[in-house]
Parts: sequence; C-alpha cells; structure tokens
Amino acid sequence: MMKIDKIVLDHGSGGKISHRLTADLMLPIFDNAILAQLNDGAIFDLAGMRLAFSTDSYTVDPIFFPGGNIGDLAINGTVNDIAMCGATPLYLSVGLIIEEGLPMSDLESILIEMGKAAKTAGVTVVTGDTKVVPRGAADRIFINTSGIGLIPEDVQIAGNQARPGDKIIISGSIADHGIVVLTQREGLTFDSAVVSDTAPLNHMVGRMLAGGKKVHVLRDPTRGGVGTALNEIALQSGVGLKIFEEKIPVKGPVAGMCELLGYDPLYLANEGKLLAFVSPEDAEAVLAAMRADKYGKEAVVIGEVVSDHAGQVFMQTRIGGTRIVDMLTGEQLPRIC
Amino acid sequence: MSIKYMDEYRDSEISRKLVEKIGNLSRNAIRLMEVCGTHTVAIFRSGIRSVLPETITLLSGPGCPVCVTDQKEIDAFIELARTKDVIITTFGDLMRVPGTFSSLQQERADGRDIRVVYSTFDALEVAKKNPEKKVVFLGIGFETTAPTIAAAILAAVQREIENFLVISAHKLVPPALEALVATANVAIDGFILPGHVSVIIGLKAYQPFFEKHRIPSVVTGFEPTDILQAILILVEQVEKKYPRLENAYQRAVTFDGNAKAWNMMQEVFETVDAGWRGLGVIPQSGLKIRERFRAHDAARVFDIQVHGTQDPRGCACGEILTGLKTPPECPLYKTRCSPTDPVGPCMVSSEGTCAAYYRYHAD
Ligand code: SF4
Repeated sequence: MMKIDKIVLDHGSGGKISHRLTADLMLPIFDNAILAQLNDGAIFDLAGMRLAFSTDSYTVDPIFFPGGNIGDLAINGTVNDIAMCGATPLYLSVGLIIEEGLPMSDLESILIEMGKAAKTAGVTVVTGDTKVVPRGAADRIFINTSGIGLIPEDVQIAGNQARPGDKIIISGSIADHGIVVLTQREGLTFDSAVVSDTAPLNHMVGRMLAGGKKVHVLRDPTRGGVGTALNEIALQSGVGLKIFEEKIPVKGPVAGMCELLGYDPLYLANEGKLLAFVSPEDAEAVLAAMRADKYGKEAVVIGEVVSDHAGQVFMQTRIGGTRIVDMLTGEQLPRIC
Repeated sequence: MSIKYMDEYRDSEISRKLVEKIGNLSRNAIRLMEVCGTHTVAIFRSGIRSVLPETITLLSGPGCPVCVTDQKEIDAFIELARTKDVIITTFGDLMRVPGTFSSLQQERADGRDIRVVYSTFDALEVAKKNPEKKVVFLGIGFETTAPTIAAAILAAVQREIENFLVISAHKLVPPALEALVATANVAIDGFILPGHVSVIIGLKAYQPFFEKHRIPSVVTGFEPTDILQAILILVEQVEKKYPRLENAYQRAVTFDGNAKAWNMMQEVFETVDAGWRGLGVIPQSGLKIRERFRAHDAARVFDIQVHGTQDPRGCACGEILTGLKTPPECPLYKTRCSPTDPVGPCMVSSEGTCAAYYRYHAD
C-alpha cells in the first residue's frame, strides 16, 4: 500500500479521507470534549448560556455562479452551521484572503452579497480581517467566516441524538449547488435554469423548533452531500438508517447531468438544504412548519431510523432493491465512458 | 441533451414487472456477465442484484477502462509526468490508481503538473495556452473515448497545436470478449453488452464473435429498466436454448454504429496487440497512433523507460476483471483494501467492481 505523505485534494473533500485527517491528526492535538462531538459547530456552556460556535472557509471556484457568489455562500454557510446546532445565529466574523489583482468591482459585488445575506439571516458582522497575498499565493479570494449563536433552553440537538423510529426529512431537492458549481467550473453547458440553492436556513429552523417539537438532529448536507451527512449521523448516533430512493427529490436536469457525468446526487453539495431527524409523532408538524418557509416548500420524509444495522445507511431503490449508501471517499470524479 | 426521459426509463412500475417476469421464466442456474463498468455501477446503484432470483448470477467483466489498463502503462504515465516540461492531462479516475511505486495523485502533490480534464478538447486548450510545454493526454478507455481523442488529434493538426500529444492505451471490446471466452476458465451463459461502446461500433461489430460462439448477447442501455430488459431477454434465450445477438438499446444503438466516429478512429489509429490487466496480451485489441501523426504520439516522441513493474501484491483485480473471482473472495477486500486505501485499480475507479461492491453491496 502506498502511504500518502503529502496533503492531497481528497483530504478536503468532506468525505472519509477528510474525516480521517480530523480524527487522526486534529483530535489528538486539540484533545477536548467539545471538539470531539464533531457537530457542525461546537456546543458549550458559558456564563449560564448555551452557545454554538462555528467556523468555515470558502474557496469555491468559480467565485461567481448562478444563484450566488462566494460572499453570500460564506455568510449562509456559517449561519447554517450554527442553526444546525439548534441555535439562533447572532454575530459573525469575516476574514478575507485576497489575491493581488482581484478586480475591485468583484470584491465589491462579493461584499454587497455578503451584506445582503447577513441582513436576510438577521446576523451582524462584528469583526473582520483582510489580507492581500501576492499573485498565485491564493486563487482570487478565499473567505473565512466564524459565528456564534445562542441555543434556547429546551433545545437538545446534536448528531448523536437520532433514535430508532425517527423520521428523516429533507427540506428540498438535493445536489443543486454541487452540480451548478461543477458544470460552471468545467465550462459544461447546462441547458436549464438550475441555480445554486445557497440560502440561510435559520428562520426555518426557528419555525421547526417552535413549540417544543421533538427535533433530534439537524444537519446541512454541504460538502460530501446527503450520503455523507447521513453516514456521519448513523455513526454518531450508533443507529441504522433506511432511506427510499423514490422519495429523494432531485430536479430533472440535475439528475440528467449527474447521469451524463457519472455523479451520484447523493454526494453532491447542497448549500441551502437541511436534514432533520424528528420524533415520529412530531414529523407532520415539523413538515408543516418547514413547508411554510420559503426554503422548505418541498420538504419530504425520505426515510427513517432503524434499530438494526448500526452505523450503516441503507436505501430501497426505485426498482424495489436494496443497497448500502456509503460515505464519500474522496472527490467525486466524472466517469470516463 | 437527453434529459427528459430519465425518469421515464427509471419507472419503478415497469421495473417491478420485469423482475416478476424474470422470476417466472428463470429455471436453470445461469451466469451472465455485464461487460461494461458503467453497467456494473448502474446494477449496484439500482439494487438489481438484490431483486433477481437466486438462479441468476451477475458477473462483472473487463469493462472499467482504468482497471484494464496494464500496470506497465500506469507506470509509464507516471514516468511521463516526471518528464521535464510536460503537463499531463487526464481523466480524473486515473489519479488515484496505484502504479508500482507511485500514483498520479502522489506525483501531483510532489509538484508535477497534472491536470484533470473532462474532455480531450479541454486538454487541447491546455496545450494552446502553454506553448512552451508539451501537453500529454493519457488516452485510456474503449471505443467510446477513442473517437473523441482521434478528433482532438485531428484538431491539433488542423489548428497547428504542435505541443499536444497523446499516449494511447486504448482498448477494444470485441477482442476482449473473444479472449474472455477463450480462457475457458469462466463459463458465461450470456453477455450484457455495453451501450455507449455499441453506439460507436454498432451491433455488427459483435457478429463475428457471436457467430463463432453462439452465446446469448444483448446490447443495452444504463437505466434499470434497460438492464432488466436485457436480463429478461438473456434468460429467455438461455431457457429456450435459442441464442441470438440482440439490441435492447434501439433508441441509441444501430446495426452499423456511428460511421463518422468510427472513420475518425480509423484515420488516426491502427490496431495493435495490447496488454490488459487480468487478460494478458490480446491480439489486435489496442489502438496505436498512426505514423502520419507521429508528432502527436507521446509513445514515439518520448523515450519512456519503466523498470521493475509489478502488479499490486495480493491484488486479485485480474481475476475479478475476468469473472473468476468476486471482490469478497479477495483476502484484501475490506481488510487492507478500501476506496480510501486502494490496493488495486478495481477499488479506485468509480466503475471498478471492487469499489462498486464496497460502496453499494450489503454483506
Ligand atoms: S479488493 Fe483490492 S486488492 Fe482485492 S482485488 Fe479488489 S482492488 Fe485488488
């Protein structure tokens, strides 16, 4: 077996190889119980309050894409990571790493979108930092955002809270962002109006949690897609998951493009979708709350938590067969023939 | 682009009916081989194996382009990547394939200029933008990719992009079928023949093979219903002892194939004996760039020396590609070999049988 002694792109794919990097290298060094939870954000108590704290860096290429740009993506991403802890996101920081030569107008468009996104999400950007690096030391612009949010008292949401019987809900069609970015990057023409789904999900989460509805897990399936997110939750909670292919919403053109390129939509990124694991008796109420929100109109139940097959995700296929859904290994690659 | 009919052909109702018919018809235990890697993946992804009656065993054949690429060729690609002033352009699947001493992914991390492209024309653009470098495209794949590569070479000639080169490791499907049957180690009762390849070569390309061996053979597409339809036809042929060569993919495949693509391929390439992983050297099963285009042939322009090539120790890819073994029969499967740490190419490529088992198959 060849040992990989350098960082390769797969280490950043969000799949198994990234996970291993976190588990083998980061966890032992930063060794602490909060980090070890491996949720979308850290959850901890401070001065009598429960806080969620999260950070994420954005290096998307292209920086402008149908449906958004790296700016609103960076705001929405961190807003969502905090919201997935059941928290109300409040304050954000923004760090910019800009490559020498970036057109001022590009920076302006990116910042304007960031401002709009923050306003929509109802968060305040309270601190920031800008660095400019020589040409070639970065690719146009990289953005880091971090944020904190407050978790309401009665909310108990985490990746390890899924229980047998829970219904698994997705808030809408999957793989939109992933396929848009991929096709844009490769200059493939996409003869349809599919755009990135980048959106802040905190208001929808607010509706979902209102009235003490029993939501156990929330996760936004970004890098690595729904397939990877479900596997993470199955492992964290020590349960098996069963999903139904027929129920998973994929837009026609997205399915077509995936078919053509050999991608599995289950592993493509989403930037404005969430997965919710909900107690069966509250599933209808949560669905209704989601459908009442702009970003959850197409919310559906796609599966359930089962007591056997701990740590594994199964899918019943359209033709009535069964197969496992594994975690993404590295970057998905287009097929050859 | 054919997007609209995807769902139609995925129709679960039709599929379930086909499954029922197959179940009713199948009496004798039979072994069917899907030759194409895209079929292998489609079969696993749609869970077809889990709905077929026990009488039917599906074997995966030598249809994953990355997997059949000979270890020597992989080593040669890596050697090329180490050559001064060379930019390698490749389909992504090759990146992680372990050569004897390294992989392209490792080489890229070590600073070699290796770029993943989605089409040969992207590679041509890379060549145009980097006139001071030699841009080599790693030409692997079957009759599906060969015409696009031929087209790129012709375009390079026409547009005078002299620094665009191809190293041709292309393979042809019909000679491989012949070799498979000739090894006689594998009893195959029917072939599910590749869809995309057949679009180019047409049904007629299989006729000599079929006439000689009279093994039931059906060309089909990649939707679950296409594949189930093909299985039903094969079961019918086997049960009635009435072997035929059939086309269940009429919406895309003709008898004669795509003449334009075929001619382009003939113009640029000539057939040669070629080494396949698992099958050894098969006569006239590879494509070599013709003398006329020698300036674009990396095999002629560079003196590539590879030494000490060895297949990955303990890897059974060769036997898996010929249907002799299934991945769980390889002692390394899921122990030392996984998609994160692949030992052989069958675990690397998304079309590889080991990877498909690993990803989709519930033990
Ligand atoms: S499991 Fe790994 S080692 Fe075994 S045959 Fe497949 S690729 Fe080779």
